Amino acid sequence: MENYKEKVRRLKNIALELRKDVVEMIYRANAGHPGGSLSAAEIISVLYFEIMNVDPKNPNWERRDRFILSKGHACPILYAALAKRGFFEREHLWTLRKTHSILQGHPDMKKTPGLDFTSGSLGCGLGIGVGMALGLKMSGIKSRVFVMLGDGECQEGAIWEAAMCASHYRLSNLFAIIDYNGLQVDGWIRDVMNIEPLKEKWKSFGWYVTEIDGHNVEEILSAFQLCFKVGGPAVIIAHTIKGKGVSFMENQIEWHGLALNEEEFERAMAELSAEEV
Amino acid sequence: MKEISTREAFGIALAELGEVNDNVVVIDADISKSTYTTEFHKRFPERAFNVGIAEQNLMLVAAGIASTGKIVFTSTYAVFASMRACEQVRTFICYPNLNVKIAASHGGLQVGGDGVTHQGIEDIGIMRSIPNMRVVQPADAIATKKIVFAISEIYGPVYLRLMRNPSPIIYDESYNFEFGRGTILVEDGKDVAIIATGIMVSEAIKAVEILRTKGIRAILVDMPSIKPIDSELILQVAKTTGAIVTAEDHNIIGGLGSAVCEVLSEFYPVPVKRIGLRDTFGESGDWKELFKIYKMSFEDIADACLDIVKMK
Repeated sequence: MENYKEKVRRLKNIALELRKDVVEMIYRANAGHPGGSLSAAEIISVLYFEIMNVDPKNPNWERRDRFILSKGHACPILYAALAKRGFFEREHLWTLRKTHSILQGHPDMKKTPGLDFTSGSLGCGLGIGVGMALGLKMSGIKSRVFVMLGDGECQEGAIWEAAMCASHYRLSNLFAIIDYNGLQVDGWIRDVMNIEPLKEKWKSFGWYVTEIDGHNVEEILSAFQLCFKVGGPAVIIAHTIKGKGVSFMENQIEWHGLALNEEEFERAMAELSAEEV
Repeated sequence: MKEISTREAFGIALAELGEVNDNVVVIDADISKSTYTTEFHKRFPERAFNVGIAEQNLMLVAAGIASTGKIVFTSTYAVFASMRACEQVRTFICYPNLNVKIAASHGGLQVGGDGVTHQGIEDIGIMRSIPNMRVVQPADAIATKKIVFAISEIYGPVYLRLMRNPSPIIYDESYNFEFGRGTILVEDGKDVAIIATGIMVSEAIKAVEILRTKGIRAILVDMPSIKPIDSELILQVAKTTGAIVTAEDHNIIGGLGSAVCEVLSEFYPVPVKRIGLRDTFGESGDWKELFKIYKMSFEDIADACLDIVKMK
């Protein structure tokens, strides 16, 4: 039986492997969004390799937990996790964004096994999560719904329509995680359109809120346990670093949607390989 | 049957549908009293929701619920369904091809007094251009009931366009709706064919009577299924008459007239005149007066027929 220390080590190493896959997918596709994929690595690792109850042999199993990547542009990290979890062959990762690929530039639930919902147009994942949570409750299914939001998309009005709705219907099975890396295409979020005070906003909309370091696996694990204990709707504000793990990408908005050249690819892979614990 | 609006007929039919189909879920965005879904809410509170005045969230919640295997009916007004929440409908309902039926009341100038903000005149054009979306518009209360049941039996997104004000009853209980099928209501002769949808079907019936007094023999087609449209029937009446007049309570750009022209120009070009709003906004007022002002009354349909017969 795996002890807590081993579990944390395993999840950290999975996050690292997912990062390497992200870098290689985007390098091979010569397009994609590395920054916001890398910032979400630990959260995705914990969700898909510890928290979520899914069955790769039966991706549409009706009692599975659901995950919606509202910040759909970060799909390389999700695709990497789904492949590693066994929903499809790893070789598909190298077809990202190519014609006939099961891995679209932004998530398509009809093409990718294990992908619970289409996304990519920002501000929409939470409302869909509200619907899923309502639908599951209506059917008496105890599954949980997880929605990963970008920080920038909290500028979208539809997020707050959904936030209001989730607490109105007391959706105990709905959990959101905000990948708060602080950057959006035009610069720092605080400069473009400040979303603070974020914690207070969610609280005032009737959500349970907890704030963590989104790269700290122990903190992510205990935040989920806390949220499950309290019950949803609950949101984890996860402070992260855009481009985390690749020194020249960290906190650099240029890497929001930029592919790596060969030299950058070699450097990134070398840096990530050196981090293994 | 007394004259009632198609929105009211929708609400009655939806509650009846709820009795026979446990899988039907209804979501509103505040105006359930206006779209008559209140009866469904009363009878089936465990599968009726209200998201408040938040149409974008309405469509997103519908998409989420539909993904868990339910048949979801959303109800709001045409302007909000087709424009406020357009992208949510397109990307999260139509792209994943989910089983959501969008019931939109207040289509067209027939709305009357509420004015431009509440008169949906672009909705058919918008919805018709989205892949996977079907677009239907009943001509009366009886057709509405049949259509509500029919759309619940077919998988995938449907846009159901409804009218605010009472309109004449055209059909009896023998009416049968099929996607992609129009109905020939009048077959007087071979001079001209009128293809109408929604409220304009009852206007066109009056136009046919005027034409009879002037010796013009028309065919009248009700086209409730605007997408998929009945291409076969359009081509059949075009071949028979060689002259088509379309009639709709919608902008002539993008609606039924455009859809009919798309079929004709590709397969059998004949002269066409389109009755509808001529790329202008409406205004407040009694809808029958508005139809006269905006050249959409039965008299205008008859005039268009007389003109087009001369063009043959």
